[in-house]
Amino acid sequence: MAAAWAAIGAARDGASVVLVDKGYVGTSGVTATAGPGHWFVPPDAHKRAAAIAERQAIAFGLGDPRWMARILDETWQQLPTLEGHYEFGRNEAGVTMYGAVRGPEYMRALRRVAESLGVRILDHSPALELLLHTDGAVAGARGVRRQLHQEWIARAAGVVLATGGCAFFSRLLGSQTNTGDGYLMAAEAGVALSGMEFSSQYIVAPAFSTMARGMSYAFATYYGPDFQPIDIPRLAGGNRAIARHLMQGPVYCDLGRMPEDIRLRLPYISPNVMLPFVRRGIDPFRDKFPITLLAEGTVRGMGGIQISDDDCQTSVEGLYAAGDAASRELVTGATSGGGSVNSAWALSSGVWSGRAAARRARAEGTRADRPAAPIGLAGLRPRRAAVDLDPGAVIAAARGEATDYDKNLFRTGPKLMRSLELLDDLWRSVRDHLGGRGVGAVRAREAAAIVATARWSYTAALHRQETRGQHQRQDAPQLRPELERRQTIFGLDRVWSDFEGRGREVPEQADSDRGSGSGAASARPGVSA
Amino acid sequence: MIALLVKDRCTKCNACVAACPTNVFEAVPGEVPRIARQTDCQTCYMCELYCPADALFVASDCDRPEAVNEADVVASGLLGQFRRDHGWGEWAADPRYKNQHWYMGEVFRRARSSE
Repeated sequence: MAAAWAAIGAARDGASVVLVDKGYVGTSGVTATAGPGHWFVPPDAHKRAAAIAERQAIAFGLGDPRWMARILDETWQQLPTLEGHYEFGRNEAGVTMYGAVRGPEYMRALRRVAESLGVRILDHSPALELLLHTDGAVAGARGVRRQLHQEWIARAAGVVLATGGCAFFSRLLGSQTNTGDGYLMAAEAGVALSGMEFSSQYIVAPAFSTMARGMSYAFATYYGPDFQPIDIPRLAGGNRAIARHLMQGPVYCDLGRMPEDIRLRLPYISPNVMLPFVRRGIDPFRDKFPITLLAEGTVRGMGGIQISDDDCQTSVEGLYAAGDAASRELVTGATSGGGSVNSAWALSSGVWSGRAAARRARAEGTRADRPAAPIGLAGLRPRRAAVDLDPGAVIAAARGEATDYDKNLFRTGPKLMRSLELLDDLWRSVRDHLGGRGVGAVRAREAAAIVATARWSYTAALHRQETRGQHQRQDAPQLRPELERRQTIFGLDRVWSDFEGRGREVPEQADSDRGSGSGAASARPGVSA
Repeated sequence: MIALLVKDRCTKCNACVAACPTNVFEAVPGEVPRIARQTDCQTCYMCELYCPADALFVASDCDRPEAVNEADVVASGLLGQFRRDHGWGEWAADPRYKNQHWYMGEVFRRARSSE
């Protein structure tokens, strides 16, 4: 979604745009299967101020009202421009409802708008790495066209990373292509990440399915293994309460409290919600069905690539980040922006970065005749001999650490350090030995990206020795005023933490050049108070 | 996970090959597409939406392939239901399947007020 808006933003400003997608522009990513209800507030000073104040109250000091105002304004201006491509609904009073759009139709509309503006779309063309000029500015990107078994190279004055968040292959609906690839590409260019500790959002789904659609669960009643009701808080803490039960045994649910008229409308509000139930012969309004919690990683978490200016440019000239690939702390603070603030952010950051890239292209040209170096490492160019390392096994191991309820929802220093030891070992194996060629490089890069993302996330969690919003430490349950700062994480082999406005904290860990199994990672201390 | 491609219905348009975000299908010259990478399926049901012939069926289990009986699936009336409920393609003009997604905010409000 952010990628499509970036392409539209750039093309409207007259740039020549290539939009590459790992899958298909229209079905790829978490928007396509969902129903983004954008944060959408009329340009009335009181209403805008109230909306921002409401978010600031749960941002725990890490939000920025100026950025919130910017995305409210951009979203308000942009969504109506889809008229004619998206059929907006009208409420009973006849008011056009621009904010709440349905995923597949929304993405189809964005694709059509992009095509109408002359954007060249390459579907099934995962990006593998960035290209940099000798002066450090971005020069383009490279990837494969996996259905054609060809390489693509795009030389450009500006590159927008809009690769989505990372859901760690959790089976979260629509997220299988969101594997943190953009984080890895940015980090290889020397760009930092921010807010990576905010990666512990989960969502309820039927146990056998991907169907993570929150709305219906507003009417849920939960039951324990004996089918007796269990008390789950409706708002804050609900997921942690469910997770505690799930660690003990099965949890069941029914949606019996949903009013009859909403049940009848449901297939035309969200047509996918009922599919897994109907296909299993389950009546969710009457039957008690088993549920799970699917990890949302940084998709509904807030961490991502750190941006450096109002155009969503990173610390690398010409390299931008948009949507869930970018940190959303500025607009969400320490509480998930859900589908609302996050959608407004994806739209706005997409449009801004696209426009800025177009402006840069006009000013600088693509410099396509100048030498440019590909900079991808892990999964592409192993440091040592490539050995038979199964990327699927790497992914499974990283997924286990990053999504496990006990490790991620009930964080403690010792648990995080144990996970990081394992993830550091995995990283060394990947970095030294994992290399894929052609289409095979795609999975290898995904494996490298998911391990790197899990390390960044848990390193940030280890260093934030407090409980703030989504990030909760069982061993540090209080909010610490001196940590009311955003945390930057950077580095590939060595991972560094830096709280804005404070000194840099360097974790003592295994030297990057030592082989795996050195065991030195266990010496990693936390931040001292 | 994708379970079935009904050959009798398939028009070999290869829309599924293009639309599947995880590249599950493979075009076969002169033939119906092949479910080439079944376990890469992310159970998003998007292929069903993009199949104008209603020839595809995604089973509910996202972790492992399910064997389904083609005759039963065809008889169930489930093929094409998702596309119809979306008001996709030829259903776009049918007022019964009009997109009511805009009502979601009101559903959340009613849920909160019923607490």
